Amino acid sequence: MRWLQSIPIKLRMLFMRREAGSRLDDELQFHLDREIAENIAAGMTPPDARSAALRLFGNPALLRDQARANWSWSACESLLRDVRIGCRTLLRSPGFTMIAVLVMALGIGANVALFTVVRSVLLKPLPYTDPARLVILYERSAPNLPQFNPVAPRSFFDWQQTLTGVEQLALVSPFQTYNVSAEAGRLPERIDAGWCSWNFISILGVRPSLGRTFTAADDQPGAQSTVLLTHTFWKRRYASDPAIVGKTVWLDARPYTVIGVLPSWFVYSGAFGGNKIQVWTPFNHEAPPALLNTYEDHEAIVAARLKPGATLDSVLSRLSAAQAQSKKDHPGPAVNGFVNGRSMLDDAVHDYRTPLYALLAATACVLLIACMNVAGLMVARSATRAHEMAIRTALGGGRLRLVRERFVETGLIALSAGIIGIAFAWAAVLFLTRVRPDMNRIESIRIDAGVIVFTVAGIAACAVFSGLISAMSSNSRQLLSALQESSRTTRGSSQRTTLRSILLVIELGLTVVLLSGAGLLLKSYQRMRATDLGIPIDNTLTLNLTLPPARYKENAKQALFFEQLISRVRALPGVQSAGLVTVAPGQGWGGDSLADIVERPLRPDDFVDMHMRGADPGFFAAAHIPLLRGRIFTPDEKFARGTVALISQTAAKQLFPNHDPIGSHLRFNYSHQTFEVVGVVADTRWTLSEPPKPTLYMPLYGSDYSGATIFVRSPHNVESLAMPIESIVGQLDPDLPVSDVMTLRDTIGKSTLDSAFDSLLVLGFAVIALVLAAAGLYGVLAYLVTQRTGEIGIRMALGAPRTQVLRLMLVDGLRPALLGLVVGLAASLAVGRLIASMLYNTSPYDSGILAAVAATLLVVAGAACILPAWRASHIDPMQALRTE
Amino acid sequence: MGVDNLGMGKPSDLVQGTLDLLILKTIALEPMHGWAVAKRIQQVSGEVLQVQQGSLYPALHRLEQQGWIRAKWQESETGRQAKFYSLTAAGRKQMESESANWSRLSAAINLIVSEA
Repeated sequence: MRWLQSIPIKLRMLFMRREAGSRLDDELQFHLDREIAENIAAGMTPPDARSAALRLFGNPALLRDQARANWSWSACESLLRDVRIGCRTLLRSPGFTMIAVLVMALGIGANVALFTVVRSVLLKPLPYTDPARLVILYERSAPNLPQFNPVAPRSFFDWQQTLTGVEQLALVSPFQTYNVSAEAGRLPERIDAGWCSWNFISILGVRPSLGRTFTAADDQPGAQSTVLLTHTFWKRRYASDPAIVGKTVWLDARPYTVIGVLPSWFVYSGAFGGNKIQVWTPFNHEAPPALLNTYEDHEAIVAARLKPGATLDSVLSRLSAAQAQSKKDHPGPAVNGFVNGRSMLDDAVHDYRTPLYALLAATACVLLIACMNVAGLMVARSATRAHEMAIRTALGGGRLRLVRERFVETGLIALSAGIIGIAFAWAAVLFLTRVRPDMNRIESIRIDAGVIVFTVAGIAACAVFSGLISAMSSNSRQLLSALQESSRTTRGSSQRTTLRSILLVIELGLTVVLLSGAGLLLKSYQRMRATDLGIPIDNTLTLNLTLPPARYKENAKQALFFEQLISRVRALPGVQSAGLVTVAPGQGWGGDSLADIVERPLRPDDFVDMHMRGADPGFFAAAHIPLLRGRIFTPDEKFARGTVALISQTAAKQLFPNHDPIGSHLRFNYSHQTFEVVGVVADTRWTLSEPPKPTLYMPLYGSDYSGATIFVRSPHNVESLAMPIESIVGQLDPDLPVSDVMTLRDTIGKSTLDSAFDSLLVLGFAVIALVLAAAGLYGVLAYLVTQRTGEIGIRMALGAPRTQVLRLMLVDGLRPALLGLVVGLAASLAVGRLIASMLYNTSPYDSGILAAVAATLLVVAGAACILPAWRASHIDPMQALRTE
Repeated sequence: MGVDNLGMGKPSDLVQGTLDLLILKTIALEPMHGWAVAKRIQQVSGEVLQVQQGSLYPALHRLEQQGWIRAKWQESETGRQAKFYSLTAAGRKQMESESANWSRLSAAINLIVSEA
């Protein structure tokens, strides 16, 4: 009841405050006038009456304030006043304000951007139904290895039997491809695809936006061919045709009926890829019969939804028993006897955890340095305002009030920095998503409510942190000495200097940590780039194509196509040399198999795992892979005569350490093919970050390989050959798409993309930190010199040479730098091993890098200190002593 | 001698509450402006209690903000406009309960203090 009545007065106080203020003045004036009138009536003369009344009245301003203090909204009013004063103070020194706001905005923006990425990629659960119950299952070859190997289909069927009615399992093979035929004016293209069990989409809880998903009837070898389109593919190739369901798509020259379209938000991300998949087809229907029946060809992973109450470990233990039994019943060397598993989220983001958290830590360091810099700048300013503060304190300003003003100032700086920072973060997130399309879950990165809350908390934390530090520097007890303003006697200033020096030491320590991180990552990146693929990579072009088995049923037809293709390509002007190979060096795994020596059979456990490649004889010359022993196979060694092969040097060392490999025979476990070794070639790497693997090259013509890469070398301008080669392919088969057209340099760039990204970002942060710390160091030393002008003047007047003064000031300036360096190096050693997984061929305790970092810091610190120190040494002693 | 000046320094809670009670009681008789309230308190207490402006007006404004009293600008006895305060219904109830409290409190204190 009462509060209801108090509402009108509260509203009045809010909106008509100025009017109420003048009314208060009237009220007090009325009281005063009545007092005077009474005094006059009592017999005093008017002037006496007035002075008596005023004496009794007291300080009118204080009276007004005391009355107003009881008004509603008075807290808001005083806050608003503080904000106005804060704005005015900040705008009076626009240079300082701009620098402080920009520096903090950079820190806040970088943190918000990286936090957005970390939250969306690592922390947010997957967008499926009840995603905590989704796991991915793998095989492994020994019980406790951290191995996640793909699964063989027959193992999967065994697992399904073991867990019938208990859990739902599905096979997923996310690294397949199809040629999509040309039709209705659309060009042929090669797309990434996934094979999956019929229940995979429903295990995830995804409902198609059009049509239906697979049924068990679709997932049979003899069923009609069906395909599910992803949203991007449907939108891009079929312009979001609403009548697409039921239409036919030609994949690998075979007709497939479109049964549905998946929703736009669905992107499958896993450790073996999948985020580029354009279509899904049923596994049992697509897989060749041999694949469905083997324990030794590992072509898929297994996705599972756990029942409520079941844990991953319980499922794994049941499956281990089943798998061990399978290994006993079918003891082939390529059969894995153990199982492994992890959550689907872990599967998708495992590789990104360390790099993203490392980047987040780096941005946190930068933000900390930025806040400390702002605090240091404010401490420096408060030194110049000591006089003003002393007067205000003497006039009655409470310490709390002055401290509150500091917080309001830092709050204003942090708020403006936050607003600019959010804009910067939004741009940075856009940039990050553009630059790293390979990252899993990149489609889920967006700025949402959680990020906003984080930003606001960050802004508040910055304001409080900086405000607290600068408030610590003000001390109202040194009132008198502040008012006297003599640089020889102020003790408060030395407290400020100590505070700023401590800030500097921490800043420099953090900078050293960032610098060492950047140094290590850069060295790792450089080592990776400098790694030899084994062949010269300049002016090489690779193009990929796959012949659909439906149109090229016999190996003879495939061989004819390849022979015609490569002879035409070699005839092109500008082509220095060209060859065909199934997978070029540096372009991936390409399939492997276990090999046994016919003449001296090995134990199954000792079979050597070799990469299998098909090549035409001209490939080795085109790629500049030197022949070390024996000979290269001839062009007519194909089909029945194609049982010869070349092996790489590593293979020769591993298989034939003491013998001449030429003339021996190798037999492969899975395909049971036998090859005679006719030559040894040099090693090439299949990827930059791994050592070369034993490789076998068989003749491409007449082999079962239906896909090949055209490898072209040209004296210059090799990219211009892409169009002519594609038109040659088009002439030979108009419906055959060419894909992955890139130079070897591009290939290396793609595979080192994440390393480049991480190292360049951390380097950027380190440079920013270095600049900020150097600026801080310069500021502190410049201030010190100003403070000690009198002392320096006396020293020089007493005969100290300029160089001694210079040395004195330099030592004072470099002391925090040295301390910071020591602290920073210790921290780097402690923290270095956390990023060891991001480093290639580089130790986190690399002494070269640490020495370089120390040298950089000392040089930069020296440069920052030299100017104030030089100025100090050139002080005119008479001038210095006179300005007391 | 013997003029107790209420509110020379920062008033304690006891003193603040008492001042509120005095103001409410004074205004309960008829609406009056601040100067009249001070004068009335002075008169009725036999010149013992003199309320200073430094505590009177803050108290009046606080009571108004809290809704115990309401204010109106109207013509005073001298012909000038003045701010007249009067009790609200809630204020009247508050005054009665505070009065009862005060009687109980002062009686209790009296018992102790007058133990000769």
